[in-house]
Amino acid sequence: MAGSGKAHLRDPESVLIRAEDLVVEFPISQGRVVNAVSGVSLDVKQGETLGLVGESGCGKSTTAKSLIQLPPPTSGTVSYLGTNLTSLDEKALRQARTDLQMIFQDPISSLNPRRKIGDVVAEPLRVWGPHNKDEQISQVDAMLEAVGIDPAIARDKRPHEFSGGQCQRISIARALVLNPQVIICDEPVSALDVSVQAQILNMLEDLKADYGLTLVFIAHDLAVVKNISDRIAVMYLGKLCEVSESNALYDAPAHPYTELLLGSSPVPDPTINLDITMVEEEDLPSPIDPPSGCRFRTRCKYATDRCAQEEPMMREVSQDHYVACHHPLVSVPEMAEVSA
Amino acid sequence: MTSARDEPLLAVRDLHTHFSINAGLLRAVDGVSFDLRAGQTLGIVGESGSGKTVLSRTIMRLNLGNNVHTSGQARFDGQDLLTLPMSEMTEIWGQEIAMVFQDPMTSLNPVVKIGRQVTEHVRKHFGVSKKEARTLAVELLKSVRIPEAEVTIGSYPHELSGGMRQRVSIAIALACSPKLLFADEPTTALDVTVQHQILNLLGIQQSERNMAMVLVTHDLGVVAGRTDEIIVMYAGKIVEQASTDQIFQKTSHPYTEALLRSIPKTDQPSHTRLAAIAGRPPNLITMPTGCAFSPRCPYAQDRCFEEEPPLQINQDGHAAACWYQVGTAENQEAWDKNLAAGRLSTMAVAKGQIVDEVPTDLTTGSS
Repeated sequence: MAGSGKAHLRDPESVLIRAEDLVVEFPISQGRVVNAVSGVSLDVKQGETLGLVGESGCGKSTTAKSLIQLPPPTSGTVSYLGTNLTSLDEKALRQARTDLQMIFQDPISSLNPRRKIGDVVAEPLRVWGPHNKDEQISQVDAMLEAVGIDPAIARDKRPHEFSGGQCQRISIARALVLNPQVIICDEPVSALDVSVQAQILNMLEDLKADYGLTLVFIAHDLAVVKNISDRIAVMYLGKLCEVSESNALYDAPAHPYTELLLGSSPVPDPTINLDITMVEEEDLPSPIDPPSGCRFRTRCKYATDRCAQEEPMMREVSQDHYVACHHPLVSVPEMAEVSA
Repeated sequence: MTSARDEPLLAVRDLHTHFSINAGLLRAVDGVSFDLRAGQTLGIVGESGSGKTVLSRTIMRLNLGNNVHTSGQARFDGQDLLTLPMSEMTEIWGQEIAMVFQDPMTSLNPVVKIGRQVTEHVRKHFGVSKKEARTLAVELLKSVRIPEAEVTIGSYPHELSGGMRQRVSIAIALACSPKLLFADEPTTALDVTVQHQILNLLGIQQSERNMAMVLVTHDLGVVAGRTDEIIVMYAGKIVEQASTDQIFQKTSHPYTEALLRSIPKTDQPSHTRLAAIAGRPPNLITMPTGCAFSPRCPYAQDRCFEEEPPLQINQDGHAAACWYQVGTAENQEAWDKNLAAGRLSTMAVAKGQIVDEVPTDLTTGSS
């Protein structure tokens, strides 16, 4: 899986965001680095929801955050509407970020506990305008209503007076108030109960349709990702494994890692036969010293010598379904591997 | 004479745990009864605030403080744990009943090496020597599939990953071969792959040791296929209790049905609209009259707001506390009636609408 390559990228003219060869490294002691993201290329079309899925530490959040330059990638480019975000100066980047907003995992800690909800949601408007107070209030009220919060009641309350699900909706209102194009959702439902999770997922779908949003949705729950995404990218240890239209990914996973994830995902149906004996001895390898060749090979039951020596490149297995693996689980049409 | 084999390992009867707090009396657990036999697995499922964790902590006698009021019985191996002097309870902890907690980072001591934490119980209860304890620690870590166990016993918790730490917690819990293990959301903080393996590990160890287990979770996916029986809790009470197959195949309580419907599933196509649950769990201090779930229930009728349904058990041993059980003609009738009236809680399910505030009677329930 440790794949590179750009076979899965689409025509640059047809996409809203195109990230190429993203590398994010965090320096640690003794001159070593954490290879959080190692050569990831992604694109998202206007109005599309891209799901990013993988275990913790696979670099999915870092990848998504590097799209909005939080922090900027160590190398690689992010092009948004034809502008290369990595080359912008601070002022232009701040302006560009009004189009690219983010919601976070923990709804309670992402709202300032000492500020009133009305002020929290109005904050982006105070920076970017309109500066007229009445206009700000009416925009804030409209936004709160759009996420199902009664502005008359909520405006003067503080975050602790709301449930986790309501706080997440307030965060969504804050992200939407500048009328952005893209929202990066970093595990927005992972901390919520299932009933509240359903509300947030439904709401994101509605808002996406109403406001013409493009979403990048990060989650570790495969069922959640499938529900909301049009296209899904599976990540492992800083690399992409598989990119596919979402239904195809689940019907015919091509990467052994996707198969492992799907097999581990809890299914609320006791008649499904679980593999209840599998216990791996090995831990996730460290991103400080990732395995050679395919990074997944140390946990892969299909791994061969080739996997240790040669990094697999992204190649197409069927229409809009790409995998980076030397031994994919589905047959690959005869074609030359497209390498970067 | 009934033989000892017929006696459940754990028999809980009419257990109540109430907390006096400034705002009033909080009924966290309110009349719960169940049996658990040796070697069996019981799943306890519910949302945050349903009382599932307080229930297991009450049985373990971990709820301390002057403001805790407990009544009822929890008979374990013939003795009532709730009336046992604390000095005898400490003999039971670890040796007879052990517990695995949700967060493996905070449940392990960060400044004590793994080896010493794993063998603490054994050294206390059985007085084994340091050398024997070391051998035992290595064996235990191997049994939970920790690689390089000889090295790991000298490590501190922060040097291990979350999954490995939870394996250490399990090794600690298994050290004295307890008869009963409480696993309180043991995998909630972990990745799906790690979760799958930890649950497998618990299952393997359980059958090897013929240990009974109570698996507390909010995730119906976790208990499916891994438990013999399931209890669904809502607002401190059992709303449905049945064998695992029955819970999923003959779901009877509207709350269980609502939980199942709100979970996205990998066999549904993308963008499937999820059925939401209207409103929020009730305030455990000022509980609604009638059924606690009635304001959020898509099927609720007048009777539900007035009269609390008892937990009724049918001939299959399937118990549910509802006047209009799922799958009955009365239930279908109630649904049709509520849908026609446009009741908010019903629309939340039918259309996936978001409804925060739900009326506590039928009269104001239309949108």
